[in-house]
Formats: sequence, structure tokens, C-alpha cells
Amino acid sequence: MKKLKYALFTGCTAKQSTPEQMMSTMAVARKLNIEMIELTEASCCGASHLQDYDDFLSLVLNARNIAYAEKHGLTMVTICNTCQLNTAMTKHRLDKNPELKARVNEKLAEVGLEYKGTSNVIHFLYAIIDDFGLDKIKEMVVKPLSQFNIAPFYGCHNIRPSELHDESHKQKENPYKPTSLDDLIIACGGKNVDYEEKTKCCGFHVELQAPHTAAVLTGTAIAGATDNNADMMVTPCPLCHLKLDTQTKSASEAIGREVSLPVLHMQQMVGLALGCTPAELGLKHHVTDVNFI
Amino acid sequence: MSTNTITTQKVNFKVFRFNADEDYLPYYENYTMDITSEEVVLDVLNRIKWDHDGSFSYRRSCRHGICGACAIKVNGRSTLACKESMTTMIEYFGNEITLEPLSTKRAIKDMIIDKGDFWDKHAAVTPYLVADIDECPSCENLVSPHDAEELDEADLCIQCGACHYACPVVDINHDFFGPAAFVAAYRFESDVRDSDGERLINVNEEKQGVWDCVKCFECAEVCPKDINPINKITKLHQMAFQRGVAKNNVATRHAVGFLHSIKKYGVLDEGGLVLYSEGAHIVKHIPVALQMFRKGKIVMPWNIVKSDKLDEIQKLIKSSSTVKF
Repeated sequence: MKKLKYALFTGCTAKQSTPEQMMSTMAVARKLNIEMIELTEASCCGASHLQDYDDFLSLVLNARNIAYAEKHGLTMVTICNTCQLNTAMTKHRLDKNPELKARVNEKLAEVGLEYKGTSNVIHFLYAIIDDFGLDKIKEMVVKPLSQFNIAPFYGCHNIRPSELHDESHKQKENPYKPTSLDDLIIACGGKNVDYEEKTKCCGFHVELQAPHTAAVLTGTAIAGATDNNADMMVTPCPLCHLKLDTQTKSASEAIGREVSLPVLHMQQMVGLALGCTPAELGLKHHVTDVNFI
Repeated sequence: MSTNTITTQKVNFKVFRFNADEDYLPYYENYTMDITSEEVVLDVLNRIKWDHDGSFSYRRSCRHGICGACAIKVNGRSTLACKESMTTMIEYFGNEITLEPLSTKRAIKDMIIDKGDFWDKHAAVTPYLVADIDECPSCENLVSPHDAEELDEADLCIQCGACHYACPVVDINHDFFGPAAFVAAYRFESDVRDSDGERLINVNEEKQGVWDCVKCFECAEVCPKDINPINKITKLHQMAFQRGVAKNNVATRHAVGFLHSIKKYGVLDEGGLVLYSEGAHIVKHIPVALQMFRKGKIVMPWNIVKSDKLDEIQKLIKSSSTVKF
């Protein structure tokens, strides 16, 4: 197989509150012999909050990020569901609306850039599934996670709106019965846990303005996984990870029940199965201890 | 006439049953039926009533996706029964199908629910045109096609409640208006003839308003009229800034804070954003922040790695910004 090469849009959390996500992304890329060209020029995607304030500005900034991936002639890989949503949404809107694209490009021309629409934008989870292949991952597993029940937590912005995401994936994901993360768990040798909350919201985006709502959603998600005998959760989204990993106290208080589970980033789970060390995967950076290693 | 071959397959239905007058608890009844590829979910409801149990109750009227009466949940997904094909549902969920009312805890009888909270919230957003229009005008009050486009199809809402009862916030924060009410608010806020000054402020208030939306996109996924309610919610946020009625609170500062961060670093300053949004209330985050700090999850402002070519980003912010706060 030809060596895979992507333009990596790390997003902000990978460089700040989830350093383990950056470490594990690079560790897995090395194991899979995937080359990542980091887009160091990229700005924040606006996390769907800048979009609430200034829609046009957020389009310009996201188009600029994609333009850098296009300059490399590479598919852009994201490692955060919300980065994926906002970047893919920008691409969708500009590709569908030539007038809007022209207005955005007028601005980008001021800094010598152009958004063409030539690069696909895809989350690393789907890059692994679509381009690398789960069968090959399975063959490469040296330390299967066969002792564990693993609860997938998909994160809203990778599965909804499904119409948008269907544009970037090869395989359609059913937003009510998604399979990508379950399949990845199985490929890593683990047992996937089915539970109602796996496609639900973690509450991250209202953490500041509606803390009770956010805490109830986080607590309910962890409780759902726990009640279905999960030993741990796994998520492709660093924002979900932050909620599930660091906010268990407020989540427990909100639902009136102690809840806490180790939560792995999708990359950490793959990394463990492929034989990466806990240090390479940054497991010491979790607030809720990953106590099974 | 369709030239497609009609296929049939066996489907097991698990159907929510409850009669508030007689039952303490709801229960599920099982029915197995041969379902043809041409049937919609409403056909199944009819067949349960006509062929199995005449007491089975549900709302239905137009059968054309207009009246909004027949919305229920199929395997947890809000669905307009008369519009949703069984073939799609079987594709989605396989041959084990669960039929439930939009909200089980609001059930009155089987699929029929008390939609009182939905209508109360609908009424609370002034869902009508507030305009000083001559009641006996000499000519029509024309709206140009360009102005009508601003409605962005929000006027297509049939108040079926699919999005309202798919929204995870509605059952946690009882003050929250919910996506359908926001669509109604947007429909009139975007109407050039409307002169109501309060509606936009009302739907931007904390707790009840758009700022408590969790951005999960459940509403966009289920809307049978493809109205994309969260897109209208986003527009109501933007309108509040554009029209200068956005209040200075934690929610609005959280949105604007992203701009300040990006201007300074290109990327987000996570700690700075929380500080800017919360002000003195940041103290409540200290216990979690300390835990995160110990685990190497907090980067000090002076250690934040700025975007390369930050000058480009700053230049674009200067030339492309469309609002001020």
C-alpha cells in the first residue's frame, strides 16, 4: 500500500488541555506509517462559538485553514469532532455556494491565499477506517484489548448532521446506529458495549453558560456506560474527553450518583493495541486514572 | 405508477402501550407483521389498530406531512409517521422496531402525549407578526422574493414536535424554549414586516434562550421538513449581536472570547477564554483547574504556541469582521 500522507489540523485542545491526544495521534501515525504534515499556520476553528458571533469571519478563517491543506495537495485530517464539523461545514457551504466562495476568496486574496475546494476534510477515525482499513489494523494488533468491555462514545459532531458527514466519508454512518468506533474497538480486540447514550451529547459546549445541563449530560453518559458493564469509554473527540475525564465530580453531583470511568482517546486505544507504551500515549495526563494499565 | 418491485419482509414491532386512566405503568406489546417496501410508519400504526387492537391510540390527520399530528419515536428517533418509509427505518434499525410516543413520560394513551409544554413555549416566543399594518390597505403588503428568502424556510415548520422531544436540553432545563420555538421566533424575527422589539431579547435570555443550546444537532437530524432548527438558533445568536441587543453575560462573552483569543494567538487560549467569559466567577473552576494542572493539562499563556503567520490571521480579522460587541 502507498504510504498515507495527510495535512494534520490539530485543533487547539491537542496543544493545551489534551496533550495526550497529540502524543497518541503521532504515536499511532508512526505505527501505521502514516505521514502527518502539521498545519502550523492554522487558526482555531471557532468551535461553533465564533460562528454564533460572526459567521462570515469564521468562514474566512476556516477557509484559510483548508487553503493550507490544499497548498500541500493533501487531505486535511482533523482529530477533534468540533474541528471536523466547523471545517467540513465551511467546505460544504463554500463548495455549494459560488457567490459566498467568491466573497471569502476576495478576503483570502489579501493574504495571498485561495480556497479552491480541492482537499477533503476527514476525521482521523474515518481516515483510519476508509484509507488504512480495519482489517490491516487487526493484523497489526500485538496486544489485543480482549479483557475489556469498551463503551464507544461517538460525540455529536462526528455523526450529526449526517448529511454533512456523508460527504467526507466513504462509508455512510447511521447517526442512530453508528458502527465506526464499535468496529475499531472490535479490530483492537476489545468487546464493544452497546448503550443508549453512545450517540448522545456530553454537554461540553454549555459547560460555562449552562453548567447543570452539561453536568447531567456527562453524568448520564458515564452512568449508561457503567450500567452496561463498561470497563472504560473511548471517544474520537477531545472535547467529549475533557467532559468525561475531568468533570466527573460535578457530573456525579448532578445525577445524584457517583460515576467515573477511565476514558481513552480513540488514538490511545489503537495505540495500546498496537503495542505503544503508556508513556508514548500520554496516559498520565488523564484526570480519571487509567488504572488498568 | 412505480415500476419498482414491491418486496415484503417480516418485522417484529415492540409497541409502547399505556392508558393514563387505567394503568400505573406503561408496558410493551409485541406484534409481528409482513411489511411491504411501500409502507410508511403510519400504515403500521393503522394496521395495529385495524388488525390487532382497536383500542390502540395515536394522532393522525392529513397523511401528507402537513398537519404534524403523527410524530412518534421509532427506535428512539423522532419521526413523522406519515412521511417516514418503513424501508428506511428497516435500513436504519433492522427488523426489530420499537414504536414509542415522542415523550414516554408525557404519554396519555399509547402514542398520544400531552404536548402542553411544547405549545406553552411556542406561545412564549410571540409566534406571530407584530406589525403596524393598515387593516384595510389599498394594495397588498408586498414582500420581495429577496426578503422572503431571509426566512430560510422557517415558515415550513408544522409544529410536529419531533425536534422538541429529540432535544436533550428540554427535559433537563424546563425553562428552555426548545428548537421548534426558536424556529418560530426566527421565522418572525427574519420577516421584514415585523417590528417586535422584545422577541429577540426574549429568546436570547439565559436559561430559556438560545444560549443554552448544547449544539448536538439532534434537531437538524430529525426535522421532517428539513428546516435545520439549529441553523436558525445560530442565526438568532448572530442577530442579537448584529442588532446590538446581545447582553453582556457569560454566554455572549464565551462567543466573543474566541475572537479575542484568535486575534492574539491564532489559536485558543483556553484559560483566557474561561477567565474572559466567567470574570470573577472563575473561582468555581479552580478545583478542576488544579487537578488538570497537576496532570499537565494547563498551558500558561506565555507558553501557548501561536499560529505561524499570525499576521495573516490578524489581517483577515480586521478586514472580514462583520460585527462588534
